[in-house]
Amino acid sequence: MAEEIENDENVVILGEEVGEFNGSYKVTEGLLEKYGPKRIVDTPISEAGFIGMGVGASMLGVRPVMELMFWSFYSVAFDQILNNAANVRYMSGGLINCPIVIRGPANGGTNVGATHSHTPENVLANHPGVKVVVPSTAYDAKGLLKSAIRDNDPVMFLENTLLYGVKGEVPEEEYFIPLGLADVKREGTDLTIVTYGRCVLHSLEVAEILEKEHEISAEVVDLRSIRPLDIDTVLKSVAKTHRVLIVEEQKPFCSVATQVAYMIQSEAFDELDAPIKRLSTIDAPAIYSPPIEIEQLPNPKRILAAALEVMA
Amino acid sequence: MSKTSTKSADTAKAAINKDLSKEEKQEFLRTMMRIRRFEERSLRAYQGKKIGGFMHAYIGQEAVAVGCCSLMGENDHAITTYRDHGHAIAVGMGMNEQMAELYGKATGCSKGKGGSMHFFAPDLNFWGGHGIVGGQIPLGTGLAYALKYKGLKGASMAFLGDGAVNQGAVHESYNLAALWQLPVVFVIENNGYSMGTSQARSSAGELSKRAAGYDMSWDACDGHDVYAVREIMDKHLTMAREKCEPSVVEVRTYRYRGHSVSDPDNTYRRKSDIEEYRKTKDPIQTFQQRLIDEGSITAEEATKIDKAARAEAEAAAEFAEASPWPTVEDIQKDVYWEVDNPSERKSTGRIFFN
Repeated sequence: MAEEIENDENVVILGEEVGEFNGSYKVTEGLLEKYGPKRIVDTPISEAGFIGMGVGASMLGVRPVMELMFWSFYSVAFDQILNNAANVRYMSGGLINCPIVIRGPANGGTNVGATHSHTPENVLANHPGVKVVVPSTAYDAKGLLKSAIRDNDPVMFLENTLLYGVKGEVPEEEYFIPLGLADVKREGTDLTIVTYGRCVLHSLEVAEILEKEHEISAEVVDLRSIRPLDIDTVLKSVAKTHRVLIVEEQKPFCSVATQVAYMIQSEAFDELDAPIKRLSTIDAPAIYSPPIEIEQLPNPKRILAAALEVMA
Repeated sequence: MSKTSTKSADTAKAAINKDLSKEEKQEFLRTMMRIRRFEERSLRAYQGKKIGGFMHAYIGQEAVAVGCCSLMGENDHAITTYRDHGHAIAVGMGMNEQMAELYGKATGCSKGKGGSMHFFAPDLNFWGGHGIVGGQIPLGTGLAYALKYKGLKGASMAFLGDGAVNQGAVHESYNLAALWQLPVVFVIENNGYSMGTSQARSSAGELSKRAAGYDMSWDACDGHDVYAVREIMDKHLTMAREKCEPSVVEVRTYRYRGHSVSDPDNTYRRKSDIEEYRKTKDPIQTFQQRLIDEGSITAEEATKIDKAARAEAEAAAEFAEASPWPTVEDIQKDVYWEVDNPSERKSTGRIFFN
């Protein structure tokens, strides 16, 4: 973000506690001190107001990068994000565009209950006009966020509080990762695990176990971007392994995995040696009880069991 | 902050109005007549099944949009509700592209993708045309934010109806505008009814006075007098432009037609109420009489302007009728900037699904 603030004077960071508090999850730590209150703006708890305001400002060429303390709070700004930002280009016949980024964490697993654990990437991606990105590593997060900030369409950037503490190599120099480009995080020949977000890390762990204990070579495809979607990389992997497990931290009904499974069967039916399997969050509001919430979400144990089922 | 005051006894003598030329005054009359004739022609086209969906006529409220938009300078912006045809004409959009939009034709201002409630002309600083009650008010606040951020001396006019004052997004916008001193004037066009529910049955207290709770100035005026609208708006726009001081202005107006074409308008008010207003306060009739009385126009000249407005609306209907429909291929254009500008596309992957 700092690089983009320096690159373009129209980039402004707005959100609850992004400034003086240093960010609820310290993502914006030190930015206020360095760039001042014009570029780093603390907002009141008023998501519909400030997100809508950012959308309006973006129509006049400001490039707001807005933090939602939790993506779960998108519901109180739903009209501004998905009626205004998503539709205004279309309804104006292409006369207006909204170069806005809305970012923040969207995940369960932190024992904060159902109101704070939403993963709305499927809901967002259901609205043509917006782009949706879910990075899994620090390296990807930087390259994707830089692309998102320079994008002239509204980009929804979904992070994960449990990944904020995971360290990874991030080069100091500038680099961009284009939206809509999946990444094969691990090569394999027997099973394709299509996933994104924190589930990528779980899946990589499971791939190691599959290799060591079951002599199964699993390929892990990290989608990174939900819309646009790099289905070609998925199909290429399926053509190699012929078996697919899709892992997501979503409720199953009309989820991202559902869409991907539809596309695989539609475009690579003849490549499949087994039905596509989907592993989602257990279908209920997020449970609070800490040890049970781990079981509700995809975790290495559940992913391993699902992978073995596909290979059976 | 408190209620602003100083309304002139004779609004024609207000500073912003007293030096107007004959031509400028005639132009206000012409624009109001053009709005009314456009709306009447649109309603006829709707009844003739040429137009789909909703349509919310501006008839009776013409002096509000014309008074407000006549004050717009280079860095002033406007955004409004779904009752947007009047503002569109007032900022200078042509009748042809508007009528074609109503007909759903490719030559429409939004290429047939927006419809009645969604007219836009960013080149004229007009940002729509928004369908959700109060949903445009954060956007209007954002226009003001952008002006201040870029150091431009201008103001945003965010229009809303009296039915929108109870929406949360409006109150959140009031707070942000006052908190950050954004150059925005929230203009409540109070036509007395939020759909079929009268103000007394929907809103507690005086509408503009709610601004006081956010430490903003507020005021109210009659909306049938284009001079009165200009006087009050000039004051508040100047506060916004010069001092980045936001405010709320309530303009009391009246609509002659139902809320929309689907409102038969026979349940919540009497026809005689409408007739009474039309007889005594019609914004076009009263302004025309005023100009005749002061010698700024003759009755014959006024009739000529009105005839030309009718002819323009008629020609717009013919233009719309003769225009082509968008194609099925057009459905997926104008969704993403990147898709519409393929040479500059940086993302990869599939962006549309089937």
